[in-house]
Amino acid sequence: MRITEETVQNVARLARLAVGREEAARLAPQLSDIIGYAEQLQQVDLEGVEPTSHPLSRYNALRPDEVRPCLDREAALANAPDSDGEQVRVPAVLEG
Amino acid sequence: MSVHTVKEIVASLRRGEAKPSEWAARILECIRRADGRVGAFLHVDEEGALARAKSLDGQPVEGTLFGVPYALKDNICTAGLRTTAASRILENYVPPYSATVADKLASAGAVLVGKTNMDEFAMGSSTENSAFQPTRNPYDLERVPGGSSGGSAAAVAAGMVPFALGSDTGGSIRQPAAFCGVVGLKPTYGRVSRYGLIAFASSLDQIGPFTRTVEDAALVLEAISGFDPHDSTSVDEPVERFADGLDTGVRGLRVGVVTDIQEEGLHPGVKQAVEQAIAVLQGAGAEVVEVSLPHSRYAVATYYLIAPAEASSNLARYDGVRYGRRADADTLLEMYERTRSEGFGMEVKRRIIIGTYALSSGYYDAYYRRAQQMRTLIRQDFDRAFERCDVIALPTAPTPAFKLGEQLDDPLQMYLNDMYTIPANLAGIPGISVPCGLVEGLPVGVQILGRAFDEQTVLRAAHAYEQLRGFEMPVPALEGSA
Repeated sequence: MRITEETVQNVARLARLAVGREEAARLAPQLSDIIGYAEQLQQVDLEGVEPTSHPLSRYNALRPDEVRPCLDREAALANAPDSDGEQVRVPAVLEG
Repeated sequence: MSVHTVKEIVASLRRGEAKPSEWAARILECIRRADGRVGAFLHVDEEGALARAKSLDGQPVEGTLFGVPYALKDNICTAGLRTTAASRILENYVPPYSATVADKLASAGAVLVGKTNMDEFAMGSSTENSAFQPTRNPYDLERVPGGSSGGSAAAVAAGMVPFALGSDTGGSIRQPAAFCGVVGLKPTYGRVSRYGLIAFASSLDQIGPFTRTVEDAALVLEAISGFDPHDSTSVDEPVERFADGLDTGVRGLRVGVVTDIQEEGLHPGVKQAVEQAIAVLQGAGAEVVEVSLPHSRYAVATYYLIAPAEASSNLARYDGVRYGRRADADTLLEMYERTRSEGFGMEVKRRIIIGTYALSSGYYDAYYRRAQQMRTLIRQDFDRAFERCDVIALPTAPTPAFKLGEQLDDPLQMYLNDMYTIPANLAGIPGISVPCGLVEGLPVGVQILGRAFDEQTVLRAAHAYEQLRGFEMPVPALEGSA
């Protein structure tokens, strides 16, 4: 599968990355190489093999539902690029 | 420069020959002298380290790491101390909490002296993907220290700290340990809490130590292991006293050698050094048995779908809202895109795009799901192999350290550095790299893998080899730091 510059830009947009034309031109052949290499997996018969999503066979990990101390607001907002002291602030999401 | 092990430092404190503050001062002086050339540290916390060490002066020497200075890879959170993961996007991030491993080391009496350089978000095999600086291999300053935990490996190799922690997702502890001539241990997945480790690929990431000796690795492993209610993937297995029983030898131990190992790209010098290491174990009474790992040849392909897929999801949190860098923009969407495009380096973008591609509708079954199926076969190969043997010995990396810049333009070539380390991450099993000689003047390592939660046997085999290999790793002669 050859990855085109257009594919790079479309996938980047899905990941909320702005990739310019020049960057896309550099990335496309590299990503084609990598995906091409990964295509080895297409040659193996994997019919009926269960997928592994995790090295441990873990089921739901439960803990008691108890109220515990957590970060206070000041600490939670300390790293926010913009806040009004109570909440984080972002550019307008809705017009008007 | 004289270098000291964890064990020696604790012993000197026990005998009352030195105080923790004297060790801290000595270590800080080493860093001042050597790190200008090596570039292992992103941040040295002189004031914090001295204050903490002074607070230990005069206290009874309790805990296996009492008064021992150490460093953390900069993707391990430290409350009040900047933690960047070597990324512009976290350039000014000061965590409000500490990773469980940092808390555990503090309870064991260890003294944090600084945060080490790495490939951005642990993505890389040379530490060249750091947004801030390169790190140089102490054995040859023109060469890379490996990665992604290159700063931790180089700091221990240069004698700047007796131990450091790193993280290993596809070899990021073991490969730099091999390149820098130190011991590097990736524990079993779930052995060590990942709480406070900045996530790269959550089903693969594991924290572990860099040390000068196998015994030191056992001491540090014991201090950082155990179930943590903050990490539901940490496992409630008993934490053994890993340093006990190291001396019981390898008589009767079954050491697996992989008959179908991929040799394309394997440096003949590395091959020979590893064969010699296996012969040393055999000479000590170990039984060498042949094992087969037929699907390991697909490990790199499998990993470079699974790890980017998980990364693309984990790194979605860097959106300029709650922490980290934010770019100015008029709309929210534009703010996200500009923040992420300016904040992430090239390799991180590459992996986010691969991961997003592999997970996108229409490609999910062809790429991501097939990789997960292959992961099952790779795991099952190990299950079968460990019916015939107790540990498996193989090279850590296919070559010695390469030159800075040499592989930067060829990401796929860079990924192939991890061909021998990735299978252990996919299977979740423990592995250690121990120096097994010099090839063209550069350190190389032998890797010993074991069954899940059987670090004890891995450490025992590694220790036996280290005692019997018949040489000491030379301390790198950093010019001007003697």
